[in-house]
Amino acid sequence: MPDLLETPETTVTDLPPGGMILLRGSLADAAFAEVLTGCGISVPGTRQIVPCTVGQVGWMSPDELLVFCEATASADLALRLDAALSGQHALVLRVDDMRARFRIAGPGARVALAKLCPVDMARIAPAELRRTRLAQIPAAFWTENGADFDLVCFRSVAGYARNVLTRAARHTQGIVLP
Amino acid sequence: MSTRLATGGRLIDCTHTTRFTFNGHAMTGLAGDTLASALLANDQMLVGRSFKYHRPRGIVASGPEEPNALVGLGKGRFFEPNQRTTTTPLRDGASLTSQNHWPSLEADIGALNQILAPGLTAGFYYKTFMHPRPFWKHVFEPFIRQSAGLGKAPTEKDGDVYEHLYAHCDLLIVGGGVAGLQAALAAGTSGARVLLVEQTGHWGGRAPVDGAQIDGQPADDWVAAAVADLEALPNVTLKRHTQGSGVYDHGYVLATELPPDHVPGSDTARARLWKIRAKQVLVATGAIERPLSFAGNDIPGVMLAGAVRDYVVNWAISPGARTVIVTNNDDAYRTALTLLDAGQEVPVIVDAREAAQSALIDQARVRGVRILTGTAIAKVKGGKRVTGVALCAMNTGGSAVTEIIDCEAVAMSGGWSPAVHLFSHCGGKLYWDDARAMFRPDPARLPTGHDGQPFVRTAGAANGHFDTGAILHDAVAATQAALKLDRAPIAPSQAQDPAEGPIAPIWVMPAQARYELRSKMWLDFQNDVKVSDVQLAAREGYESVEHTKRYTTLGMATDQGKLSNINGLAVLSEALDKPIPEVGTTTFRPPYTPVPMGAIAGEARDAAFQPLRRTPMHEWHATHGAHWEPVGHWRRPYCYLRAGESIDEAVHREVKNTRQALGFLDASTLGKIIVKGPDAGRFLDMLYTNMMSSLKPGKCRYGLMCTENGFLTDDGVVARIDDDTFLCHTTTGGADRIHAHMEDWLQCEWWDWKVYTANVTEQYAQIAVVGPNARKLLDKLGGMDVSNAALPFMGWIDGTLGGFPVRVYRISFSGELSFEVRVVAGQGRALWDRMMELGLHLGGMPYGTEALHIMRAEKGFIMIGDETDGTVIPQDLGLGWAISKKKTDYLGKRAQQRAHMVDPNRWQLVGLETLDGTVLPDGAYAVGTGDNAHGQRKTIGRVTSTYMSPTLGRSIAMGLVEHGPDRMGEVIQFATTSGMTIDTRIVSPVFFDPEGEKLNA
Repeated sequence: MPDLLETPETTVTDLPPGGMILLRGSLADAAFAEVLTGCGISVPGTRQIVPCTVGQVGWMSPDELLVFCEATASADLALRLDAALSGQHALVLRVDDMRARFRIAGPGARVALAKLCPVDMARIAPAELRRTRLAQIPAAFWTENGADFDLVCFRSVAGYARNVLTRAARHTQGIVLP
Repeated sequence: MSTRLATGGRLIDCTHTTRFTFNGHAMTGLAGDTLASALLANDQMLVGRSFKYHRPRGIVASGPEEPNALVGLGKGRFFEPNQRTTTTPLRDGASLTSQNHWPSLEADIGALNQILAPGLTAGFYYKTFMHPRPFWKHVFEPFIRQSAGLGKAPTEKDGDVYEHLYAHCDLLIVGGGVAGLQAALAAGTSGARVLLVEQTGHWGGRAPVDGAQIDGQPADDWVAAAVADLEALPNVTLKRHTQGSGVYDHGYVLATELPPDHVPGSDTARARLWKIRAKQVLVATGAIERPLSFAGNDIPGVMLAGAVRDYVVNWAISPGARTVIVTNNDDAYRTALTLLDAGQEVPVIVDAREAAQSALIDQARVRGVRILTGTAIAKVKGGKRVTGVALCAMNTGGSAVTEIIDCEAVAMSGGWSPAVHLFSHCGGKLYWDDARAMFRPDPARLPTGHDGQPFVRTAGAANGHFDTGAILHDAVAATQAALKLDRAPIAPSQAQDPAEGPIAPIWVMPAQARYELRSKMWLDFQNDVKVSDVQLAAREGYESVEHTKRYTTLGMATDQGKLSNINGLAVLSEALDKPIPEVGTTTFRPPYTPVPMGAIAGEARDAAFQPLRRTPMHEWHATHGAHWEPVGHWRRPYCYLRAGESIDEAVHREVKNTRQALGFLDASTLGKIIVKGPDAGRFLDMLYTNMMSSLKPGKCRYGLMCTENGFLTDDGVVARIDDDTFLCHTTTGGADRIHAHMEDWLQCEWWDWKVYTANVTEQYAQIAVVGPNARKLLDKLGGMDVSNAALPFMGWIDGTLGGFPVRVYRISFSGELSFEVRVVAGQGRALWDRMMELGLHLGGMPYGTEALHIMRAEKGFIMIGDETDGTVIPQDLGLGWAISKKKTDYLGKRAQQRAHMVDPNRWQLVGLETLDGTVLPDGAYAVGTGDNAHGQRKTIGRVTSTYMSPTLGRSIAMGLVEHGPDRMGEVIQFATTSGMTIDTRIVSPVFFDPEGEKLNA
């Protein structure tokens, strides 16, 4: 996909959202975790996002996970999970179409996000999934390499997110976060 | 006259000239000038007019406390009023306009107010503009509005951009003077994450101007070394041009950054609002000098003594060749020394104290300056600038002038007040230090955070320490306390200032000044509040300082009383004969100085003012004539305008076409919430008034949701997906609210029920296919049997339509044969396009929300937000059939049994038909007979929905009417705003197809 904005410091890109599966169940329940493990999904710690066989899995709340996988894999994975969890109180929903995804990359990425999100951007480390707000909309982001960030927000407000992200990323040089 | 000196000026660069205009006159300044120093360099001592009397006003101060020298800056899209010249850097090409005068600064008609001054005392407005009553609206208010406000409001949209920045730190230090730098060195050494902000572009604060020696070197050298050391620390961030604006709960601090290199109209931020979360805050904001109250202390050329030093040392500006110094403390003697060093004349130091003995005073004395103790200024001579001073003995009424001295400027010092504003914002308390005549932060009553522990402290002059050595020591001690360190991380730097004698608390000069003098002693220069006004307020019974402030407007100007507050309350305390601490201060509220509106808005302007939610079909609507209606944050097509069509015509066309052929509605915005779990049925039975647990998989049921107070809050169709799973449709605006409502009950009240919810509104697009040709359209798409047998009314099935995996609901909000087709959002646009294409041959066209509303009203269906307003219960709307009688409980059930809810006189839903066919005004009231307790005509009902029905060719309406359903056929009157009434017959709310035959057409 084409870059929405490219400066020497920061690049903002539209990403295909990929496959996403919403999982609700008691994360503290060993039986629930066991089924997930069987399906190639590990249970991340609080506010973490971890790699797993199918892709990545993020902690959303004490009883909710969000699985990121290949778009082509989500239908099958959702069916497998639903079947495997059939005996338990759990909710599995394929939500590939619910969100838009962006990448904010480069040395100015943290500052760009710090203009919009009430987050300690200087301290965000790989493996942390931060659910927060992006100016006036809910959003979540994480970084795998400590420099580039993936951000998801709801689909209907993708235009707003694109607008504020490119605006915030345009000038980041010289802004230092404590 | 004020002039630029040939040498000196630590902040200016004499090799770079800057051009600017003041009221259109071309002037020049130097790089490094503030607007104020540049104006003084051009001998522009008159810079504005005061608010009430339009008195000539000159520059008084050199920092954010300046009350007078505010100008309109820039032009057109870049114009901003009330810009403080003392803190605004001069830019090349700057355009300055002075404020509050007509026709010109020099000749101002409003100055006639001075002649009326004896009548314009405190409370003038309250006393004068009372009678006759009608005059308030038509004469007084327009007149007062005309005179209100100091600067002119901009007439064009702001051409600059602004942004926010969120930052976190362990210790935020506000103020980059020697205290702030010393604290940052201590905190930085300890390893804490430190953010140090300084409002000016320069580190070191007053210390270099005041000649401090630190660790045996000039303050400037120590400051440069400290900054270099701090820059080398990775855990310390230094930020200039950034003012701590406000301190709030939980260590939240707002700071306003004004990047000095910003180019107006560029796409970099003109101002950046820092939103800081600090674990600890250290306020090192220094102190603010107080004026002295003597007659004529407001005449241009009378300045604060510290400011005079600043102008000489920092910008090589002399406010006058001959400057008289008047003081009640030793610090002002530094100004005498500075002026003498700069080759300027100091004819006399007028010292109100009986004796003047100290090491600092001796330094002036040996330079041969004449010092008059026990002396006061009886009166300043001059109009638009100072020409001289008349002196008298301090302990007199001021009638006996002892001497008249010609001069061009007066440097005054009434002592210093710690700048405790930020400390006080979040509850820090002050105590009165009687010996040193100042309010100081009380170390026993610091602002406390969520844990009851202090989170704001002061250091240095802000903490009441004015000796450089004491300031440095205090800074390290405060840092240690803030970071809860066992020992000081570093030893403080050492400094030794010359010893100073005690201050004398002088609030009025001379001490027994007669009324004519007191009525010329300004406390608040901007708002024209004088000593006599505060004394009058006290005589009239104003004892509270807060009341006196509002009665006299003391401290209510744009400078928020930085110069006037302490002097005013001291005068009040003398007038009330109460000690100063008993009178107390007014409340310090953020921001410290005004923050640009644009900075507060940040990115939230233009297209980003508010998030706009778009359905997958939004772009199609936009390119097909959509006339938008905001619904929540969504934009929905109200109707689709064709060429030459009015909105009404479009709506009528859409209704008729849907009823006669085929209509399409983008229903994607309706909320879709999955509710799953063994207790899902039980949960929905509690949420909805009707029974949902008995719904069979594959079926749909319309349901009503009430708040626990019984009022109708949302409605929609619930589909049962399987034994454990339901899908709840909500209204467009209700999706997020109802999802939160569900989670609230599940998490807080029924935490042990096994239910999970998920708001999947965004996952799907949904298209309503409505009208007699609806089934034909689905058949054309092909792939599913949607016959009446396969998909009866209020059923749903999954399948594939035209290759799209869909779920089809057979539900209707129009009374027509209707299907709602759900597809994943990513395919919504493709399915919509396909339907539009195939629909062409079936007379299909899209319809908007107004056609939707009209069609539902023709059928008598209620709309949340039209028929409901938060006071309406389902029973009011004839929806008793949707309230389960079998259930023991549901949210709102008990509330609906309260006396007021079962009152037979509650207004109830009926249809309304005007006799003459006119459309009733929305919200119109039906009038009864007689008047109520307030002498108003009694009302017996109101209109909730009203339309011209294209289907029936006449007006229809629904309304809530007292005993309505029992009064079928009766004619009642609805009042209009013109005073006329409209005769209206009460009818059934179902206007169209009462048998429901069209559903199965």
